[in-house]
Amino acid sequence: MMKKRSTASLPGFRITMGYTLFYLSLIVLIPLAALFLKAATMDGAEFYATITSKRVLAAYRLTFGASFIAACINTVFGAVVAWSIVRYRFVGRQLLDAIIDLPFAMPTAVSGIALMAIYGPNGLIGKHLIPYGIKTAISPLGIVIALTFIGLPFVVRTLQPALEELDGEAEQAAASLGASRWQTFWRIIVPSLLPSLLTGFTLAFARALGEYGSVVFVAGNLPMKTEIASLLIISKLDDADVPGASAIAAVMLVATLLILLSVQGIQWWSQRRTGRA
Amino acid sequence: MSTNSKGIAIGQQDPTWVRFLVISISIAFVALMLVLPLGVVFWEAFRKGVSAYVASFQDRNAVRAIYMTCLAAGIAVPLNLVFGIAASWAIAKFNFRGKSLLIALIDLPFAISPVISGLVYILVFGMQGWLGKWLDGHGIQIIFAVPGIVLATIFVTFPFVARELIPLMQEQGSEEEWAAISLGANGWQTFWRVTLPNIKWGVLYGVLLCNARAMGEFGAVSVVSSNIRGGTNTLPLHIDALYNDYNSVAAFAMASILAFLGVITLIGKTLLERKLQQETSSSLESTTTEESQ
Repeated sequence: MMKKRSTASLPGFRITMGYTLFYLSLIVLIPLAALFLKAATMDGAEFYATITSKRVLAAYRLTFGASFIAACINTVFGAVVAWSIVRYRFVGRQLLDAIIDLPFAMPTAVSGIALMAIYGPNGLIGKHLIPYGIKTAISPLGIVIALTFIGLPFVVRTLQPALEELDGEAEQAAASLGASRWQTFWRIIVPSLLPSLLTGFTLAFARALGEYGSVVFVAGNLPMKTEIASLLIISKLDDADVPGASAIAAVMLVATLLILLSVQGIQWWSQRRTGRA
Repeated sequence: MSTNSKGIAIGQQDPTWVRFLVISISIAFVALMLVLPLGVVFWEAFRKGVSAYVASFQDRNAVRAIYMTCLAAGIAVPLNLVFGIAASWAIAKFNFRGKSLLIALIDLPFAISPVISGLVYILVFGMQGWLGKWLDGHGIQIIFAVPGIVLATIFVTFPFVARELIPLMQEQGSEEEWAAISLGANGWQTFWRVTLPNIKWGVLYGVLLCNARAMGEFGAVSVVSSNIRGGTNTLPLHIDALYNDYNSVAAFAMASILAFLGVITLIGKTLLERKLQQETSSSLESTTTEESQ
């Protein structure tokens, strides 16, 4: 479709490119550089002491742990939801499809107070579980619930196109060769969806690591117990400890970027795999 | 659409109980995790009646918060729209080295935690930051003031329009623009009369999502906000303040505006996606017929 024209080109390259680079630098690159410079100019021992202090380590463990569990839940249920939307036809399917994006459209603070009204100690569901000793808010469980809420669309939206591409020919072939539906599912469907499952999981996980708004309301924010990394950054800032906040933030940022880089890796791997097949 | 017909056909072959189970789990999970929180917002907002709900808005701080939210979105969305159009023009219509790096950098703000998005501006403009002392000496306040709120909002909504338009314009190619130029149109005319009509639904889609995020952002703005009521508090920050004061009805009343905006956004998004899908499939059809002729 696109023919290469080496001699002439459309007008406007210089001005649009110039503006793009200028605005990108001003809004994103220079401020981000400030974070890394701040972290880099910190005394090494001080930096290390900050990010390995007990409270910070507890926050990292909680953030990564809760994000991991939430991403696992979303991968399982996201796969089920994507499967029903793509493969089945039922009343309300289009509505279900549209609602999946709700966590993208609903502000995190709104989700936060709504989740608290459901899972809090006086909440719709929370109050019935308190007598059984299950705390669905002001607890790590509450954090997992909030992170599950915000992560679901990442899994569903990553899986949907992959499922649609799975045109069923391999499945029919397997069935005609005598494979049971169950065998076909595990040997044909799951392997071909694996890259998308991994990508969806990773995106949900990365999003959960940085989440703040929906979590702070349900977490209770007790140091060492239910304090996530984002919140710790804010409490360091409230104490006017900008270097401390920057150190914690730099670690989280590098972790998130590495995780998202692995998405590129997964996509590269799956392209190579399908290319070979 | 036809690519999946086989998949649906196979789906119909699944035993009824499997289908029933899978669909039930999906609906139950989505109802519990997504629909219930949305419903609860309106339920809680109207719990003490319509008059209590309405009274929540007759408050100076509430009006101020709505104004602040509209102001931040009103500045951030147009700026990111202009950027998105410029960036997608440069990226989709020209070949240059480092294109994929540039696209990755544009997407970067999506990967960054909202709290960190606010923090980076404190490091540039705050008192302990690069420009803090100088700005303070000149009586300019950015952090804990309106400009900080606007900057943080711009940052978190930075990629929305660009990431929508880049693939769209790449897919559409430059044939029509070339035709316009060869007929004597200048660059500006070509953009307004040829490119813009082709990408208008994509622009609207990007603006819709950008606006929803701009009006709803909480983490980034709470870092740079003074948290003084009637000051720089946007709606999400005002919700936070009301909620911490145990003023639940007012908090949920404010939240209901944003939840309503979210629902409108979802509906608009679904409609625009259909429109975009129609246009791409019809343009693909026209290219295939052209090729076959």
